[in-house]
Order: sequence, then structure tokens, then C-alpha cells
Amino acid sequence: MSHLLNVLIWLPILGGVFVFLTGDDKNPNLSRCLTLFTVLLTLLLSVPLMTQFNTNTPGMQFTDDIVWMPILGIHYNLGVDGLSVLLIVLTIFTNLIVILATWESIKKRVGQYLSAFLIMQGFLVGVFAATDAIVFYIFWEATLIPMYLIIGIWGSDNRIYAAIKFFLYTFLGSVLMLASFLYLGYVASSFNIETLYAVKLSMSAQTLIFIAFFLGFAIKIPMFPVHTWLPDAHTEAPAGGSIVLAAILLKLGAYGFIRFALPIVPDACGKFAYVMVALSLIAVVYVGMIAIIQKDMKRLIAYSSISHMGFVTLGCFALFAVAKNSSLSSAGLVLEGAIVVMVSHAFISSAMFAGVGFIYDRMHTRQLSDFGGVVNTMPVFASFFMLFAMANAGLPGTSGFVGEFMVIMGGLKAGFWVVFWAASTLIIGASYTLWMYKRVIFGPIVNERVAKLHDLTRFETSAYVLLAMMVVAMGVYPQPMLAYVHHTVSQTLAQADSSKL
Amino acid sequence: MTLLQGKINMTVLLENIHLAAPEMIILATACLALLGDLFFRKRFPSVAFVIACGGLVFTSVVSYLFVGQFSAVILHGLFQSDDMAQLMKLFICITVFLCFFYSKQYNDERKIPAGDYYILGLFSTLGMMSLVSAHSLLTVYLGLELVSLPLYAMTAMRRSDGDSSEAALKYFVMGAIASGLLLYGISLVYAATGLLDLHEVANAIAMDGRLQAPLLSFALVFIVAGLGFKLAAIPFHMWAPDVYEGAPTSVTLFISSAPKIAAVGMTLRILTLGLVDLASQWQQLILILALLSTGLGSVLAIAQSNLKRLLAYSTIAHLGYVLFGILSATDAGYAASLYYVLIYALMSAAAFGLLVLMSKSGIEIEQIDDLKGLNRRNPWLAFLMMIVMFSMAGVPPTVGFFTKLLVLKALVDAHMTWVAVLGLLFAAIGAYYYLRIIKVMYFDEAIDEAPVRLTKTANAIFSTNCLLLLFLGIFPSALVTLCINAFAN
Repeated sequence: MSHLLNVLIWLPILGGVFVFLTGDDKNPNLSRCLTLFTVLLTLLLSVPLMTQFNTNTPGMQFTDDIVWMPILGIHYNLGVDGLSVLLIVLTIFTNLIVILATWESIKKRVGQYLSAFLIMQGFLVGVFAATDAIVFYIFWEATLIPMYLIIGIWGSDNRIYAAIKFFLYTFLGSVLMLASFLYLGYVASSFNIETLYAVKLSMSAQTLIFIAFFLGFAIKIPMFPVHTWLPDAHTEAPAGGSIVLAAILLKLGAYGFIRFALPIVPDACGKFAYVMVALSLIAVVYVGMIAIIQKDMKRLIAYSSISHMGFVTLGCFALFAVAKNSSLSSAGLVLEGAIVVMVSHAFISSAMFAGVGFIYDRMHTRQLSDFGGVVNTMPVFASFFMLFAMANAGLPGTSGFVGEFMVIMGGLKAGFWVVFWAASTLIIGASYTLWMYKRVIFGPIVNERVAKLHDLTRFETSAYVLLAMMVVAMGVYPQPMLAYVHHTVSQTLAQADSSKL
Repeated sequence: MTLLQGKINMTVLLENIHLAAPEMIILATACLALLGDLFFRKRFPSVAFVIACGGLVFTSVVSYLFVGQFSAVILHGLFQSDDMAQLMKLFICITVFLCFFYSKQYNDERKIPAGDYYILGLFSTLGMMSLVSAHSLLTVYLGLELVSLPLYAMTAMRRSDGDSSEAALKYFVMGAIASGLLLYGISLVYAATGLLDLHEVANAIAMDGRLQAPLLSFALVFIVAGLGFKLAAIPFHMWAPDVYEGAPTSVTLFISSAPKIAAVGMTLRILTLGLVDLASQWQQLILILALLSTGLGSVLAIAQSNLKRLLAYSTIAHLGYVLFGILSATDAGYAASLYYVLIYALMSAAAFGLLVLMSKSGIEIEQIDDLKGLNRRNPWLAFLMMIVMFSMAGVPPTVGFFTKLLVLKALVDAHMTWVAVLGLLFAAIGAYYYLRIIKVMYFDEAIDEAPVRLTKTANAIFSTNCLLLLFLGIFPSALVTLCINAFAN
């Protein structure tokens, strides 16, 4: 069982290599079936990960320690805590959605396309499972390669600009993170995350490390004002790429904040918490408003993603003010809320991007003005999309509500204005989502192309059913999920609360 | 009596002479290839090539067996055999073998005299090998000239071509100036210490360096400038892009890979063995060279549309990173430099190798646009080239990441974190032009849709070369350990 994580990382990568080598555009269904099989197999293997994970103890489980480069003190350390387990399963689940939702939308170089997704799945699981900073960094950077190719090869018109911008932006952010890892490794003479947690650091060192972490993680999330790569990348990527980008890659940044920034440089985090909260609120309000005026459907959802991720960073950094004014337990509510937003946003944004992908495949346009009256020709799609739009706007009973509610409730202790601006998302989010829904779905059929639309295929429906189940289940009964993250949250809080000066 | 004395001297001189076996084999190979080419060229046109490859393989095996075995100074302190030398020799031979192999068809098609290319290459290889084994300033100079002279001649191999001659002349003049500078520096060191043996020079400087401090500083500046020319570090880089562009691609392939190992070996020998006590002075010089090379090299590469020029600037930037390791003035840093340059030679061989392999039947692949749509024309080659490019950019899981990691870690450990941060930022700038090549191969549509085909053996060797970069990225430990042990006293 101790090699379960390794299997989850390397099985899809090997599968990807196999699909790459056997891929042939004359028989694309072979590649598709092979990929689906691999993903289902990994999903099946992740069941024991969830069931055998002990939610009652803190610390890493399923640990695996292979001495990799003894001479530099780099160990191939793997391990998971509750947060990692959730994100690993989420990664695999998202890949399943990608494959189902875009079963037939890619027609050229199908083998390469699917193998890129499989390889990326392996790398992403590696990021969440790594407990050595260098190994973490390797997987983190490695995910850029398949994503770069996915955007660049299978994207739409302006794909090359978007792909290069995506790569360079995130690469620039993460190289500084590497510098701080090297410094930490020098101070701690080990790269194991647990050891790094114990390192004492001066305030100036913490500040510099925090800035490096900020650049690395904030670009990935992305936070205002380093968010500009995301609308381009999202818009130009193929639907599958957008889904993984929104569902998982953005979560890497938040995961980085929770796993590295908060425990390793707590004092600097506390010092800059006000700035971070302010930036998060700008993301929530200002970027939300930008979303309202978008004319391109995908761009709109991309900006809505940034706005939602603002909630995540708000939760991560409002906890300092909450802990100061109140207690650690209410700070826990904020952080748990942030994690719930992360997971729920993964489902909702997957569904939204998949939806755009469905109609893009049929009409080859994403402009809102080209749509109207889709409900008449695609009623099944329209009803599903209704659910996801509502969830995106934060309707109670869907997953979108739970996390935002927790952050807002917990955030009350951080100050009135924080909550005021955060809560305004309920109005802003509703306006951009529902207005978009109205313009696309309702009304009379505006042109012939809409009149010729056909409803969801079996594969597409299956993807939507899975997503809808998750969205509703999380909205109605989030407790099982919260049980997983409980210990991670309390540990992170304890570390963030103790000074390391 | 004198006869006996002479005999004893002779025995001392020849003691442990087998440690120079790699050099002797290469020398023998070169002579054999020369004779073979002279007498059997008519019957076996590729006789020189076959002998050369055989000799190189044999030499690399011998060097590999020597790694971790002996560390000794022989020939009255002229020649040193240690792990660093053997590792460098091993990689020099592998790289030269790859270069010869990739160039075979290119040379044949363009009627470049096989004898000239392979035999000059072998003599240059001999120079590289004695250079990395140098234990005396005399051997350094000897080795350096032996490396350079064949390279000048090789650059001029396309006699009728104006660019080629211009490049050769430029290379020769610049090289001569560099040798002159270095020789002047060496003579000043000799003036200050009266010694040529690197180890003894180091001891002499440690004993009474302060007396001769101004003279030694003066010497140091000349020596570093000479080394800078040979490494093509900015501001001594002007010749590199022109030579890379002007020389036949098969020669560019040769110049850009193995001789860099030798140049770094020479730098390590002189600075970290002979002038080690002047470290605080040469660190300042190296700092400027390294920062300019990585920074400007990366920026200038962005503006290039000629692939050979682009790779020339990329070489400059890579050598800047190698200098970062030397800059840290720690054993870990030297090991990092060694590791970096060994891997760099493999990457460079692969990158230029692709150009040489693709340049067929009169078509020269020189512009970036010539690679357009390679993923269409040969997906496997495009994939391999992508590995090389990501490795050069330093993106994991390729080995290029570890080369940079080691160098930067050495800098951070030596309390030069700010240099490491700058180095990382330059790496991000540099990533752009590697990404552009990948973009051209993968995202652009092909101009010429005809599939690119390689022979089976060429494909196998090129695949091994490139996949090795991936393999060493996933299992880096063995080579890193060898490099670090080479400097662990």
C-alpha cells in the first residue's frame, strides 16, 4: 500500500507515453478508450487512498521515502494529508471529466492530445503528493510542459500568444520560489517540508521568502494584479485544457500558500495579510465587475474564476485578523471555507468550461452575441447549465454556496468592510452568471446555426451528470469532505499562529 | 654513471605512464586514421570515420574505467590524471563521437574531405584531453593550441564559401589574441613565482603571495581575459555568433560541444588549482563575466532568427551558468560547473545534431523557420528536440534543471543568493527563445510537408542522445555523485 502514491503518479504517465506511441489519427477511438481506461483505473486506485486514509490523525500518511540524491540531501519523499487526498482525487476526477466531455471535440493528433492530459495528471498528483520541496518544484514545473503544448497545439486563433504568455508568466513566478527553496534548504540542510517548517527565520529573510512565494503562488492562482495571463490562456485553450486549468492548475497556487507560505513564513504572512486581503477583495469585486462586461463567454468564465479564487486567498489571509480579534477556531472556519471554495470551484468551473466547449464544438464561436434561444434546441444542456450557473452564483444547496458562506461567516470577525466587499460577490456573481445565461440560453432562436444545434451526446451527458452529482452532494452535505481537511486546517493554523522569529 | 642516471630519470618519467592511456589511444587513432585515409580512401571511402569512431569508443571505455581509480601527477608534474580529467575525457569522447556520427552524411553529401574533418577533429580532441589533464601552465598552453589550430582549419573547410572563410579568419585572429593574452598572463605568473607547475605555483602564492600581489593581479586579468575568449563569455564573445553561423553546420556542431568542456577544464585547472589563493580577486572578474554572459546572452538570443546564431548566444548564456559554479569558489560549485558543462555538451550535440541530420541533399537548415511544423513531418524528432529545448531552458523533469539547480545551490550555499536570483531571472528570459523553437516545431504549420526521414542508426543514436537528457533528469544521482566526488578531497 505504501507505493500507492507512486502508482497514482507514474501509471498515468506511463499510460500517456503508451498512448503517445500508439496514437494514430486513423483510429482515434483506440487512443480515447486507452486513455479512459487508464483514468478509470487510477480513479479506482484512488478509492483505497480515500477509504484507508485515517481522518483522525494529523500528519502525512501513505508516506514513501526513497533516497534520490543523497549527496544533495534530496529525497523522493511522498505523503498525503487530508488536503492532498482531496486534491489528488479531484485531479483524477477532473481528468475523467475532460476525457468524457471532449470525447470527440479533438480530431487531429488525438493520441498526442490525450497523452498530454495523462502525463499532466501524473505530474499534478505528484505536486500534491510531494513532501520534499525540490520534488514538489520538479512536478510543479513539469506541469507547464503539457499545458503549454495543449494550449499551443489545440487552442483557438490566438493560441500561440496565450501559450507563451502562460508559460513565461508562471515560469518567472516559480523560479523565484526555487530560489527561496534553495535558501531554506541551505538553512535547514534538508529539503523535507517537515524540516522546513521547523526552521527559524529572521523577519527580513521571511519577507524576501514571502515575496518569492507570493510571486510563485499568486501568479498561479492568479491574484490581482498578476492575473492577466489567465483570461488569455483560458480563452485560447481547448475546452479540455480550460477545464484542467481552472479545476486544478489554479488550485496549485492556493495549495502552495497553505502548504508552504503560511507554515514556513508565518510572521511575514501576518505582516502582509492586510495587503493580501485587499488584493483578494479587489479580485472579488473589481475582477467580478470586469466579468460582467465580457463579450466572449470563455473570457467571462475566466474572470469569474479569478473572482472566485479571490475568495480562496481571502480565506487564507483573513485568518490572521480573525485569529487576532477572535479565536483560532473561527479562523479555522475561514480556512476551511477557502478549501471548500477551491474544491467547489473545481466542479463548477469544469462544468462551465465544458458547457462552453460543447456549444463551441457545434457553432465554432464563443461570442455571446452569436447565441440566444439555445434552450429551444438543447433543452437537456440548458437545464444542466442552469444548475451550474446557479452554483456559480452561489445558490444555497449547491457547492458554490457552502464555501463562500463559510468564508463570509468566519470573516465577520476580521472586520465589517472585509465582509461587506466579500459578500458583494453574491450580487456581482449572480449578475454576470445569470445575465450570461439569459443571453445564451433564453429568448427566441437568433440565427440558423442555433436552430441547427443538437443536444448533448452520451459522453457529454455522462460528464455533466457526474459533475451535477458532485455539485449538489457537496452543497447538501459537505461534512465528509470537511472531515478530510480538518486536521490539515488545524495544523496549518497552529503553524501560522506561532512566530518563527 | 650518467647513463644510469638517465635510465632512472627515464623510469621516473615513464612511471604510471598508463594513466595517459586515453591520450595515447587518441593519438594512435589519429595517426592510424591519417594513414588509413591516405592509403585506403579509394577502396573504403569511410575508413577515417570508422577508425575515428572505433578509437573514440575505445578511449571512452578506458576513461570510464579510470574514473574513481587513480589520482596521480605524472611526467614530472606536467600531466595530472584525476576524476575530473577522466570524467571530462569520457564526455569529450562521447560528444566527439556523436558529432562525427551526426556529421557523416552531411560531410559526404557536401564533399567535405572526410580525412580533414575526422582527423583534424581527432587532433583537436587530443588537445582537449591534454588540456583537461594539464598540471602545468606549459601543458595548458600546449593543449590550448592543439585544440584551437585544427578548429580554425575546420571552420575554413568550405574554402570557396565567403562566410566560411570570414568566420575562420575571425576565429583565428580572435583565437590568436586570446592565446596571446593567456600566454602573457602565464609569463607574468612565471615572473612572479618562477614556476610553471600549477601545484607549486599555488604553494608559492600561498607562501609569499603578498610580495608579488600587484604582478599577480595583473597576470590574473590577462589570464581571465584569455579564458573569457575561449569560453566566449561576454564581453569576449564577439567571435562566437559569426563563427557559428559561418562555419559548416557539422563544424559548428563540433566547435560548440566538446571544446567547451576543455575550456571549462582549463579554467578550473588554472583558477582553482594554480591561482586558488587569488580567489577573492578572480571572483570579482568571474562575477562580471558570468552575469553579463547569462543576462546579455539570453537577451541577445531573443533577437535572432538564424538558429545557429541563436544557439551561439545560448551557448554563451550556458557558459555563464558554468562560471556561476566557479564563482562560488567552493568544491560544490566546481562540481556543479563540471556537471553543467558535461551535460551542456550533450545538449549542444543534440541541438546542432538535429540541424546537421536534417540538412540533407543540399538543403541547409539554418533558420528557425526551417523547423516549422516538424511535429507534422516527424513527430518523434520533434519530441526529441522538445526534450533538448526544455533541457536547455532548465525545465524539469529534464536534466537541464539539475544542472542549473546544482550551480544555483552552490551559489546560495556560498552566500551569494542575489546572484542566484539574477541567474534564475535570466533563466526565465532565456526560456522564451527555447519556447519559440518548440512553438515553431509544434504550433506552426509546415512550409514543406514532406516527412523528414533519418536512417535507422542515426535515429537510434540521436534518440539515445536526447532520451539520455530525460533519463539523467529522472535518475540524476549517479553522475552528480561522480562530479561531486571528483572535487571531494
